[in-house]
Amino acid sequence: MSITVNHISKSYKKVKALEDISFKVKPNELFGLIGPDGAGKTTLFRILTTLLIADEGTATVVDFDVVKDYKKIRNNVGYMPGKFSLYQDLTVEENLNFFATIFGTSIEENYELIQDVYVQIEPFKKRRAGKLSGGMKQKLALCCALIHKPKVLFLDEPTTGVDPVSRKEFWDMLKRLQLKGITILVSTPYMDEAELCDRIALIQDGKILEIDTPEAIVKHYPKQIYNVISNNMYQLINSLNDYEHCHSVYPFGEFVHYTDNRLDFNPKELKAYLESKNLTEIKIEKTKATIEDTFMELAK
Amino acid sequence: MSNNKVILAEGLTKMFGDFTAVNAITFNVEKGEIFGFLGANGAGKTTAMKMLIGISNPTSGKANVAGFDVFTHAEDIKKNIGYMSQKFALYDDLTVKENITFFAGIYGLSKNEIKEKRAILIKELGLENVTNKLVGSLPLGWKQKLSFSVSLIHNPKIVFLDEPTGGVDPITRRQFWELIYKAANEGTTVFVTTHYMDEAEYCDRVSIMVNGKIEALDTPKNLKKQYKVSNMNDVFLKLARG
Repeated sequence: MSITVNHISKSYKKVKALEDISFKVKPNELFGLIGPDGAGKTTLFRILTTLLIADEGTATVVDFDVVKDYKKIRNNVGYMPGKFSLYQDLTVEENLNFFATIFGTSIEENYELIQDVYVQIEPFKKRRAGKLSGGMKQKLALCCALIHKPKVLFLDEPTTGVDPVSRKEFWDMLKRLQLKGITILVSTPYMDEAELCDRIALIQDGKILEIDTPEAIVKHYPKQIYNVISNNMYQLINSLNDYEHCHSVYPFGEFVHYTDNRLDFNPKELKAYLESKNLTEIKIEKTKATIEDTFMELAK
Repeated sequence: MSNNKVILAEGLTKMFGDFTAVNAITFNVEKGEIFGFLGANGAGKTTAMKMLIGISNPTSGKANVAGFDVFTHAEDIKKNIGYMSQKFALYDDLTVKENITFFAGIYGLSKNEIKEKRAILIKELGLENVTNKLVGSLPLGWKQKLSFSVSLIHNPKIVFLDEPTGGVDPITRRQFWELIYKAANEGTTVFVTTHYMDEAEYCDRVSIMVNGKIEALDTPKNLKKQYKVSNMNDVFLKLARG
């Protein structure tokens, strides 16, 4: 196994950041930790990268114990923290050289691994890191995390605050790194990115809600979801919430995802009810659950 | 000008040296409209928004926000708009009650108005049990909902929201949008930026900025039709890299 986590717990004073977390990541897997801010993702990353010690439980990374063998782990993993942590007053090239040197390697030696990403920032290699745009900082941080050819790459919310186009490019990059044999543990608050992982853990309030492949997780969704649409979104949400048989109501893009708490739900009844609330252009159609539906149902 | 236009921008431009950050953008926003202001990182959204809220002087062009000219009446704009961003919202080391009181005071509400507004706001958000807790100790989603309500405390004509839901959990994100719908339904204009493309679908109209220009502006429905795709994410992917 590339990563094993056994019953890890961690508290900060009264706050339980992680509660009895266990999972495994297979070699060369792209594993996603999916959850909002405050779920405990960063605490878990810091424990696995040997920067923080858990209160309870054990963990190994590339078969080394995170407490006893912490030095060996540091040589074998790359870590890109959520917060930009490179030297702002060193240039792009200086930062990369610095990280290569402390790991006893050089930019040339592993250039092949970072090339794909580095060519995009190479025109700015004389610029100080602090003067780069957000997207370029992120690419530099990824290069620095990769320069010593790690076996496992830890990426803590690499796409938070990043626009959809850049997010897509970043994920394409991750897929190519995976093809080079690197195991990747990545966290994200964007539920649509879950589908791009081999397996995911849904995490909230320090607890894992579910672990599986994205396909299996959506299959486990317990109810039939209906897409509902009408002439007025706000009135529609309010009316659905007031409906006596309503189980859940969540806006989803142009539709509202509705589930009913009866087994013999008849959409015609709901339509009549909505019409009685003066809504028009009503459409009710079956739809499939997404990771986000599942997350909300589990987190309820 | 028509009373129904809360933002009127015409050829609004901002240059930094030789670099044109915002390139002659022209658009209107109607009263009570939810207007989505989208674009890739670095497309010029933040610069454009800074001009509209009166904290950055345009290089050229015209703009009128909440009835005031951005060149001559920037101070009046600040008093008549609400603003919230993910980065700066509330003071973490003040309590819920203190934050509301502080911001209401800054916007010139009287003692009685503050007391009344504060009570309504706390009740509406279900924060009765945490009124004396430090805002820093609240979950992000609660903070963002509180921050949004505080930005509306002086009944502004328009509220500017800069990525209000980044990193917020999916349930709270939706509760946040219900607050937006409610405000819009009561006549407040909402100007919002987001990287969640499902949220773009919740807007009445959406503009997409590319390299300083507004490349598309329409209802989500029409944009999807125009670019022959099924969702806003694909509209964005088609446009955003110019």
